[in-house]
Amino acid sequence: MKQYFSELYTGGKSLVEGLGVTMKALFSPIVTVQYPREEIDITPNYRGHIDLILDTGKNTYLCISCGMCEKSCPSDCIKVKGKKMEGEKKKSLVLFDLDFTKCSLCGTCVEVCPKDALEYSQEYNLAAFTKEAFHFDILKRLEERRI
Amino acid sequence: METISILPPELIRMVIAVIIIISFLFLNAIMMGYAERKIAGHVQRRPGPMEVGSHGILQMIVDGVKLVGKELLIPFNVDRTLFRVAPLLSFTPVILPLLVIPFSEKLQARDLNLGLIFIVTMGSVNVMALLVGGWGSNNKYSMFGAMRAVAQSIAYEIPILLSLLAVVLMCNTFSLKEIVAAQQNIWFVFLQPVAFLIYVVAGLAETNRNPFDLPEAESELTAGFHTEYSGMGFSLFFIGEYTNMFIVASVATVLFLGGWHGPHLPYGEYLGVVWFFLKVYLLLFLMIMVRWTYPRVRFDQLLNFAWKYLVPFSLVNLLITAVLVKL
Ligand code: SF4
Ligand code: SF4
Repeated sequence: MKQYFSELYTGGKSLVEGLGVTMKALFSPIVTVQYPREEIDITPNYRGHIDLILDTGKNTYLCISCGMCEKSCPSDCIKVKGKKMEGEKKKSLVLFDLDFTKCSLCGTCVEVCPKDALEYSQEYNLAAFTKEAFHFDILKRLEERRI
Repeated sequence: METISILPPELIRMVIAVIIIISFLFLNAIMMGYAERKIAGHVQRRPGPMEVGSHGILQMIVDGVKLVGKELLIPFNVDRTLFRVAPLLSFTPVILPLLVIPFSEKLQARDLNLGLIFIVTMGSVNVMALLVGGWGSNNKYSMFGAMRAVAQSIAYEIPILLSLLAVVLMCNTFSLKEIVAAQQNIWFVFLQPVAFLIYVVAGLAETNRNPFDLPEAESELTAGFHTEYSGMGFSLFFIGEYTNMFIVASVATVLFLGGWHGPHLPYGEYLGVVWFFLKVYLLLFLMIMVRWTYPRVRFDQLLNFAWKYLVPFSLVNLLITAVLVKL
């Protein structure tokens, strides 16, 4: 008999406390973000597709067209081509393509690069209707960032 | 009882009342659906519907249009008659109780002297609809849902009746209007707090609302008795559920919260409806909060609670009331 009433009491109390918790939540500010209209800053650790790093001092890429990234990519999605231009000592990049449809974002290319010329981009708004839209011309993206 | 006159003026009055009530049903379902989704959102600290109209205010209308436009699928091998009758059976009986509810001193379609009994009777027809729908669907989930609905409603209708009876004993009438009039000085919730609590809890179970929503328990039974329903069939069940909630809340308001009584308003005999709706929607708000707070009970817990707590308590309460009234 004693248990009967104590159960009723503890049960009832916990129910009221529960209502209190949801009541409080009801009047607290919302925490979700209305995405297309509001955006929050993305964490710097975000791994988007790879991008060439722009060396602001020389206003160009750091890549030496060694092809290490191309060789080490497990998904075979990087294409790098360099060419020795007239009167230059080093090779210049003429092509740096990424087939993002196959990239597994493993980061091997970033790790392996001897010049640390690659980084992860911060882009996450990636949606398109064709496969070809995900063949990124990384070199062109760099050119656009050049001053 | 006065002889029911079917003379034209009375007939016209009834027709107008029914039309107002039916349109109110839809409005109520839309408002409640919206409120439910908004409150659910904010309880979970998200905004709820936001896209259609300012703050999603038109969301339910758009949803309604979508449901009307949908095909009414009738699965293979169902009992076609029962399957079609069930949504109507869930929708029609909920209109009738509203005819006897006194919204204010003069806003009442008809004051039956057995009004309370009439409402309780109509309330239990809704369970029939669930049973017919679940049985007719020829599907184990629907069947389970229907069986649960019946067991649950048998268990919970008793405490409902007993708690209402305590109030009836106090004012010696079944007429809702007279019950409200008897609360002129003090609301019965202060004289009968236990009965009020029992009524609200059992009323939640009666409307198949969470935490007693076992007939539709989506995590166990897909959607229970309305698993197979689509389009308007589903929306009729949905409107039926919200109207049932409204009726349970109005009965609680009439019997315990003093109906139309409140601070004085001009044209009090009509504008008492403001206080009435205020109380009803406060109760409905509480019901929604309860839904988004508590997890669903297990079936044995549900029946234990009814037979071990609600029924004994309402019996003792009734006994004490009877003795006190006699003294
Ligand atoms: S992240 Fe991995 S898969 Fe993607 S391009 Fe670099 S090496 Fe290839
Ligand atoms: S490994 Fe680095 S330096 Fe070599 S080609 Fe790739 S990006 Fe350029």
